[in-house]
Amino acid sequence: MFTLSSLGIVIFQVIIIIVLAPLLSGIIKKIKAFFQIRKGPGIFQPYYDIAKLMRKDSVVSENVSWIFHAAPVISFAAVLTAGLLIPIYISDMPFGFAGDLIAVVYLLALARFFTALASLDAGSSFGGMGGSREMFVASMVEPALMLSIFAIALNVGSTNLSFISQAVSSMGLSAVSPYHILAFVALFIIAIAETGRIPVDNPATHLELTMIHEAMILEYSGKQLAIVELGAMMKQLLVFSLLANIFFPWGIASEISAAGIAVALAVFLIKIIILGAGMAIVETSTAKWRLFRLPDLLSVSLMLSFLAIVSFIIVRGV
Amino acid sequence: MIYTYSFYGFFFFILIGAALSIIFNKKDRLSTSASFISAAIASIFGIIFSLSVIFGETFDLALPGSLFFNFGFSVDRLSAFFILVISVSVFAVSIYSVGYMREYFGKKNIGYLGFLYNIFILSMILVVSANNAIMFLIVWELMSVISYFLVVYEHEKPETRKAGFIYIVMTHIGTGFILLSFLILAGGSGGFGFEGFRASGSTMPPLYKDLAFLFALIGFGAKAGIVPLHIWLPYAHPAAPSNVSALMSGVMIKTAIYMLIRVFFDFLGAGVLWWGFLVLAAGAISAILGIMYAIVEPDIKRMLAFSSIENIGIILLGLGASMIFYANGSPALSAIAAIAALYHLFNHSVFKGLLFMGAGSIIFSTHTKNIEKLGGLIKKMPMMAILFLTGVLSISALPPFSGFVSEWLTFQSLLLSFSSGDSLVRIVLPASAAVLALTGALAAFCFLKAFGIGFLALPRSEHAEHAKDANGPMLLGMGIFAVLSILLGILPVYVIPFLDRITGTFTGESAIDKSISSDYFGTIIMPASQISMSTPSLLVFMLILLSIPLVILFLSGKKQGTVYETWGCGQPVSTARNEYTGTALSKPVQIWFKNLYRPVRELRATYSVSPLIKQSFKFESRIGQVFENHLYIPVTGYILSKSRMIKFIQTGSIHAYLAYIFGTLVILFMFVILGGK
Repeated sequence: MFTLSSLGIVIFQVIIIIVLAPLLSGIIKKIKAFFQIRKGPGIFQPYYDIAKLMRKDSVVSENVSWIFHAAPVISFAAVLTAGLLIPIYISDMPFGFAGDLIAVVYLLALARFFTALASLDAGSSFGGMGGSREMFVASMVEPALMLSIFAIALNVGSTNLSFISQAVSSMGLSAVSPYHILAFVALFIIAIAETGRIPVDNPATHLELTMIHEAMILEYSGKQLAIVELGAMMKQLLVFSLLANIFFPWGIASEISAAGIAVALAVFLIKIIILGAGMAIVETSTAKWRLFRLPDLLSVSLMLSFLAIVSFIIVRGV
Repeated sequence: MIYTYSFYGFFFFILIGAALSIIFNKKDRLSTSASFISAAIASIFGIIFSLSVIFGETFDLALPGSLFFNFGFSVDRLSAFFILVISVSVFAVSIYSVGYMREYFGKKNIGYLGFLYNIFILSMILVVSANNAIMFLIVWELMSVISYFLVVYEHEKPETRKAGFIYIVMTHIGTGFILLSFLILAGGSGGFGFEGFRASGSTMPPLYKDLAFLFALIGFGAKAGIVPLHIWLPYAHPAAPSNVSALMSGVMIKTAIYMLIRVFFDFLGAGVLWWGFLVLAAGAISAILGIMYAIVEPDIKRMLAFSSIENIGIILLGLGASMIFYANGSPALSAIAAIAALYHLFNHSVFKGLLFMGAGSIIFSTHTKNIEKLGGLIKKMPMMAILFLTGVLSISALPPFSGFVSEWLTFQSLLLSFSSGDSLVRIVLPASAAVLALTGALAAFCFLKAFGIGFLALPRSEHAEHAKDANGPMLLGMGIFAVLSILLGILPVYVIPFLDRITGTFTGESAIDKSISSDYFGTIIMPASQISMSTPSLLVFMLILLSIPLVILFLSGKKQGTVYETWGCGQPVSTARNEYTGTALSKPVQIWFKNLYRPVRELRATYSVSPLIKQSFKFESRIGQVFENHLYIPVTGYILSKSRMIKFIQTGSIHAYLAYIFGTLVILFMFVILGGK
């Protein structure tokens, strides 16, 4: 069943996810700095941070159990497994048979579950607060995320990500329709929440009480922190890939050829940089919202997806 | 032959178990072994019996009787599947009970519990194999009454007596509606045999069919715990001993689902579209409200009871979708939705049994059900913690555990509506899928709280401080379910064709190769929507990819980390009082849905000397009982006030009552003589 080339595709995908993830973070930071009229750190700064963390000794709380040590590893593996199912540079993922969009959402949920468990393990209030808020936001994000991709799935009749990506790309520009755009905006709002950005969470803050993700991982340090941080960046890249390759899959390679893959990678980079710029604009132009205003934001996303489904049925007829 | 032997073998060992537990009544240890080991042996016979029916022929056994009382058993594949679910649960729970009953040694009457336990199992098996409405009602009532006795086993506690009362009232309201439904069906067929119901049920006038459907939904819904008929579950499940709650929540409420399938598909022919929508709506409401109440509940067993309501809701989402597809004339889609429902039903009986047994083990070693008093159990009960975590991951539907597969199937069957021609179906079903997604996310939150607060960090009380791991039989019983949770998660390619043998009998079509098929690496494929999913592959990928972070951890730099206090802004905070509480953890959800929860808070201060010097504070916060206050109390108040108006006929004199009986008999005789020619 598996040819060597399909194994190669998968290994290359894993490498791309790990290697590109910090770059994306660096680029978004740089763009944000541009809008804030700052110079900002270089786009390679996240690599230096991770490299530095890996050399550091870790300090571990005396209260923790094996969950604390296992959680970063399991979360990392779960996110990367989700990465095998999402088309990044080639639309026909060899391991795409193992799961569809719902599997991706639940794999990300698995990663989150273990990170949140670990946040409770040290017995600190900060961790608990972070874990509580993370799960709170997640319970709003998951239905909205599902519904927004269902809206696109409705269009092509499947939740298989490779299939959606191929189907939308073969439709050409005719795929862009009211429901396509509605669903995209819905998913973009979700992406803000999923990647922990303003107005949902503030990745740059240093005040424990206002943070979600940072509070959750407060007890981690050294190599473990490096894994946690890299995992979070990978997840961000995956959410961006979903946005890019589900809604605008044009340019993605449909078969294995060096030129095709090179073009696809370049196009992919451009797409995520544009999305990153969009994200940076949103982050610069809004303030962080109070936690209990977030349901409003996320129900907007839910409603947009629902409208997308209804308008699909109206536009297409029965 | 194997049918008859295993069928009688089951009865033999169950009755032996019941008899021996009474005989050895005063000898705790002997009585425990006798009753629970023979129940376990009986369940093996039950498993063999059910498998031989599923892979063989329908088993019929008619007992001699009259026109109305022809007691008989008929075990078709649907019944056999439920016998299998019951037997598997009974097997694991019985082994667990051998260890768990030590909790009651010297305190309670063990023989009594052993007797009731065996008869309870017997009644559940009889419920799913009865072939006559009269016999069904008798064994249904037997099941309700025996489970009532089990619920009030610890009757010295007043809250247990209250729980028992609520349970027995709710279950009898349900039985009343079931009776109405059966009377309508009997009116159509002219007899009480289920064959008659089957033959004439679908040809009855629409109004009768609708009424029979509604009464059955209410009647069995009360047993299954469909919102708003769910109020007894959070009282009865925590009150019963944990091994009994594992059976009640794991399998007893499923017998109601059995009868719903039996009545809707088998008797009434399930051809009406709005029935499906109603079942779907009931499922969606139960799922979402069940988990919302579970998430704010500090009592671990009440939390599990609320979560049972949620899972019944998920099962009904699958069943409702199945009925909608069936009514729309696509039996292959209907079959796949029914497979999803039965898959989740089986999974739920396994992981909920596991979690209730886990809750039992916690009570066994800490003597508290309140998760705010637990903490740090992962170090005190390491084996139990791993087993409990397996249950938690399964019920949170995280891959590759069992709950994920059945929820995935439920999602996919809801999304199969894409190919439906009906616009309403295409809008309502994806919206239900969004409800399911919300439910899944909240369930993960809820069980994160259960495990995170209960097992991690520091012990929050003396009880948790001195906890010890569960004993051998308890771990073994839980271990069986934990292994089963994993197997049901990674082997859907074997489970789905198996379930297809069952759903095929009532949806009339096999889903295999039409709407679902399997492929290499344990992949399930749904060709209509180009979807495939493979939990074993996901597991393997995850295991391979684990190597990357492990390499980062172990191959670079120094290996040992420094162990130090938890960080607390420079203050020494390493005490349990500084930990996050479960209430705080779920507080955001409580604020989010405050209109639903209607929380009640009280703050009382006692002052010493002057109002400026406060001596102590008492803060109390609890969830408002919305259904009790806004539905049940007004209704019971109304009924009581009306009842008072006819109080005068209740004189208390035995002569008057004899006169009533005489009068009734005369009227009945006249009715027969005049009307029944």
